[in-house]
Amino acid sequence: MEIDIIFKIAGVGMLVAILCIVLRKMDREEMAQLLTLVGVVVVLSMVIKLITDLFSSVRVMFRL
Amino acid sequence: MDIARVVAFAFIAVVLVVVLRQERPELAMLVGAAAGAMLVLQMLGPLGQAVTALADLAGRAKVERFYLDTVLRVIGVAYLAEFGSQICRDAGEGALASKVELAGKVLIMVFAVPVVTAVVEVVLRLLP
Repeated sequence: MEIDIIFKIAGVGMLVAILCIVLRKMDREEMAQLLTLVGVVVVLSMVIKLITDLFSSVRVMFRL
Repeated sequence: MDIARVVAFAFIAVVLVVVLRQERPELAMLVGAAAGAMLVLQMLGPLGQAVTALADLAGRAKVERFYLDTVLRVIGVAYLAEFGSQICRDAGEGALASKVELAGKVLIMVFAVPVVTAVVEVVLRLLP
């Protein structure tokens, strides 16, 4: 039960959230949007890896 | 893999999701999906043993391999469709969730057609 992946994902999420607030305070709205996009892409790549593992093992298990 | 670790894992994941939800709802949804996927990955081990035991029993009972495979496939499709539709529903997309469930039902029907035809043939052969 590797919980560190969940902590890594949540950490990236919180980092992006805080940095967006800081950028908004510095009146850099477009940078904040860009940063959100980057955050989503990074987290998505991690989650996609997990989901593909799940789908391949279920496919093997149920002979789909 | 006792239940305590699973519940602890789910609890930590839920706390992280709630923390993330105010600021970044989309990332919170991704954390939820990742946690769900990892929990199920852990459960596939014992599930595999149950499936092989079932297959041995079916083999000993001379049940045709094809029917057991169909049952396993239907269970797999049903489970994956439910997994996808739950994630869509968590993210607030009820319409998308029902479409995923519809796709799952159609696929299960496609798997069930051969079995139904086999049963009908047997019945027709029995009738005079």
